Amino acid sequence: MTTLAYVVAYVGVVFFVIACVARFVMWSKMPMHMRWELYPVAHEGGGKAAYGGSYLEDTEWWTKKREVSLIGELKVMVPEILFLVALREHNRKLWTRSFPFHFGLYLVGGATALLLLGGVVAGFLPEAISQPAERLIGLLAPALGGAGLILGIVGAIGLLLRRRSRALRDYTAPADLFNLLFFVVAFGVAAATWLLYDRDFSMVGAFVANLVTFNLAAVGDGTAGLMLVLSVVLLALLVAYIPTTHMSHFIGKYFAYHSIRWKDDPNLPGGEQEKVIEELLSRPVSWSAPHIGADGKKSWLDVTLEDQSK
Amino acid sequence: MKQPDSVKDMGRHPGQPLAHINPLEQIPLPPPFDKIDEEPKFAQLSEAAREKYVVLDDTIAVNIEKPKTKEDEDRLVNGFLSGLEKLFSVEDNWTFLQPFEMSMEHCARCQTCSDACPIFQESGENELYRPIYRSEILRRIYFKYVKKASPAIHGDIDLNWETVARLIELSYRCNLCRRCAQTCPIGADNALLSREIRKIASMEMGIVPKELHDDGSVLQLRVGSSTGMTPMIVKDNIEFIDEDTAERTGVPVTTPFDVVGADILLIHNAGEIMAWPENPGAFATVFEAAGLSWTLSSDAVGYDGINYGVWYDDVQFARVAVRHAMAAKKLGVKKIVLGECGHAHKALTVIADKVLTGDLNIPRESSMVTLRDIIRSGKLKLDPSRNDFPVTLHDPCNLVRLMGVVTPQREIIKAVVPEGRFREMAPHGVENYCCGGGSGFAIMSGHNFADWRHRMTGRRKFRQILEAFSDESMDPSHRKYVCAPCSNCKGQIRDILAYYDAFEKAGIYYGGLVELIVNAMVDVQPGFIDWEWH
Ligand code: SF4
Ligand code: SF4
Repeated sequence: MTTLAYVVAYVGVVFFVIACVARFVMWSKMPMHMRWELYPVAHEGGGKAAYGGSYLEDTEWWTKKREVSLIGELKVMVPEILFLVALREHNRKLWTRSFPFHFGLYLVGGATALLLLGGVVAGFLPEAISQPAERLIGLLAPALGGAGLILGIVGAIGLLLRRRSRALRDYTAPADLFNLLFFVVAFGVAAATWLLYDRDFSMVGAFVANLVTFNLAAVGDGTAGLMLVLSVVLLALLVAYIPTTHMSHFIGKYFAYHSIRWKDDPNLPGGEQEKVIEELLSRPVSWSAPHIGADGKKSWLDVTLEDQSK
Repeated sequence: MKQPDSVKDMGRHPGQPLAHINPLEQIPLPPPFDKIDEEPKFAQLSEAAREKYVVLDDTIAVNIEKPKTKEDEDRLVNGFLSGLEKLFSVEDNWTFLQPFEMSMEHCARCQTCSDACPIFQESGENELYRPIYRSEILRRIYFKYVKKASPAIHGDIDLNWETVARLIELSYRCNLCRRCAQTCPIGADNALLSREIRKIASMEMGIVPKELHDDGSVLQLRVGSSTGMTPMIVKDNIEFIDEDTAERTGVPVTTPFDVVGADILLIHNAGEIMAWPENPGAFATVFEAAGLSWTLSSDAVGYDGINYGVWYDDVQFARVAVRHAMAAKKLGVKKIVLGECGHAHKALTVIADKVLTGDLNIPRESSMVTLRDIIRSGKLKLDPSRNDFPVTLHDPCNLVRLMGVVTPQREIIKAVVPEGRFREMAPHGVENYCCGGGSGFAIMSGHNFADWRHRMTGRRKFRQILEAFSDESMDPSHRKYVCAPCSNCKGQIRDILAYYDAFEKAGIYYGGLVELIVNAMVDVQPGFIDWEWH
């Protein structure tokens, strides 16, 4: 039984990582597209980001060195990731549900990371270092994990109920409800295990430590052990499932900002971008409307330059 | 108010409109236009039009004829599916593949964007105009009929000719202003999806509103301008404008044409030459007074900055952009300056940035920047007291939200309008509302579309204008100026002011930015802005 939990946990994590990397690669390999930025662009320097200005406001902008502020991006991205600022600003009702949900996930993620760290520390470092570290982790992990599970459940139930509202109901597919229910069930089982059998996270801590050291020993007895196995299996399945759904927006969002909304780097004469554009313009077009004049062989450049004056 | 119960209604209720707005139920405007029952009548769509074309709501933009045979019906459905597949191909849609897939895959259907959409809001939150209504239909069609995924995952929808025809019509109920996208917590973009639907219709099925295509980009590429002006006519008209401007200002002016080696190629929206000749006249007056080295081009397309493809067709877009650049290359100018036209700005500066290479990659600058630099240079003697009337500024979406050109126009206004006379609209800058003419609507008036536009898309802007002047007397003799530095926005604002007779009733006038500069120039006769309605 416990072996099954170990196997599912390994598979879940590996699948999650592979699926996330695959999605990241997919987004990053997409061809250059037409500029489609949307202001404010957070990295605009010279105080422009504050009011949504761009370098296009500058005299002969193409002769100037662009001011691109990484700090400016971080000032927007970090609060956005942590506190869902855009949602709070534009949709307070949903934010009161979505924020606890997301923050709960972060806390559970944080607690898991701590337990992994604990496993590494215990398995590979001398006791003089590992013991105090484990004590600290033993305090932090249950606090973060417990709070995260509760917040996650409350948020997911709030989101589930919200999807029944007039504005959202018609736009909700069965899969959307399933996704949220999956969270409620997986987090619910984990929370029950925590509250009933593992207040100090010693069981789950031992399990994670075993995972890290590839020691597939049983953890916990009787019902406690069973609940731990069930929690692990459900959470691992959830972790594997997330990147296969639109919940992978945590990866997409990075590209939505960096490759679209904030993607304002100009194609300067003689610059690197020109070669990429020329290659794209040489691709064949197959759009069928007569005015396009495409035949699947003519390139974008061909159809663009064709004489249209007749 | 009639509205759809579900996105599934798109393929149901054959021949029936899915939505109807009762104008009496709309939110009243601010005074003095606050009597909803005294608003102009909303012209009804004729029965003949309802018989002939696909019906979506109270109006028609695209004129898609109802199919007569099963083959016609299949052609609509299959054409749409084939176009939809091409949107996912690198070859056919490298131009927007990434933003498109992002919006198709990641919308959380949270409705955060709904509050941001002026059309949805002014419609009384009619479901049909909800920003994701059309996006959701597109997504469901794609996942169910192209990807063959289970409707349990992405939602269900019936696909028939009416679903397709109505969806295309619905893509022309969006101004592409991208205000919704600005609020999306995920980064999805309903405006982009509206535009991609328009692309399927145009690039695959050959279905486009006549005003944008046959009378728009096709005419422009054929004769030189969507106004129908040939190179000879444009030169004649500009000569006439120069004479008229000199008469009004007392300062002789000659607009240079085809000057090889000039620093600047100025490209106007040719609509200015036809409808608001004072605008090109004012540009010439200012550029000459500042001693700039500049020219217009008389090459076909080179004298008309419009590029309607930006609203519906990537190939038409690229064709026009390249011809603009070719005109500049032929003259060997150092830069292209875009006149007061928002979409021309965005088309040539931002979007065509990924089309123009080599010797066509000639720098482009906003006239807002050029004019601001002229003001900063001190070459013009200005007397702001000549503009001693309340002024508000409309922010064209293309120029502001989509290009980040926010402050130059404000700096100019500060220099030419007396202190305390300028007031911002709320909200303004990158959070502005569209004028209501965006995405081609300003030039679309078939059937009763103009009335629909006034009641639905332009209403929020008119509301903002009235609110901006709410501390001023609304007596018609107390003149107030709406500055709209964009030809399309100006046309839309003209139309909405005319619809409500706001000049006669409340003294609200409109015009461009460069006109305010000339009106403040000490070296010209006072009264360049004539307060004559046209
Ligand atoms: S487009 Fe964005 S804001 Fe609108 S429903 Fe989708 S995720 Fe929400
Ligand atoms: S682009 Fe503008 S008009 Fe279109 S749905 Fe978004 S907010 Fe509404």
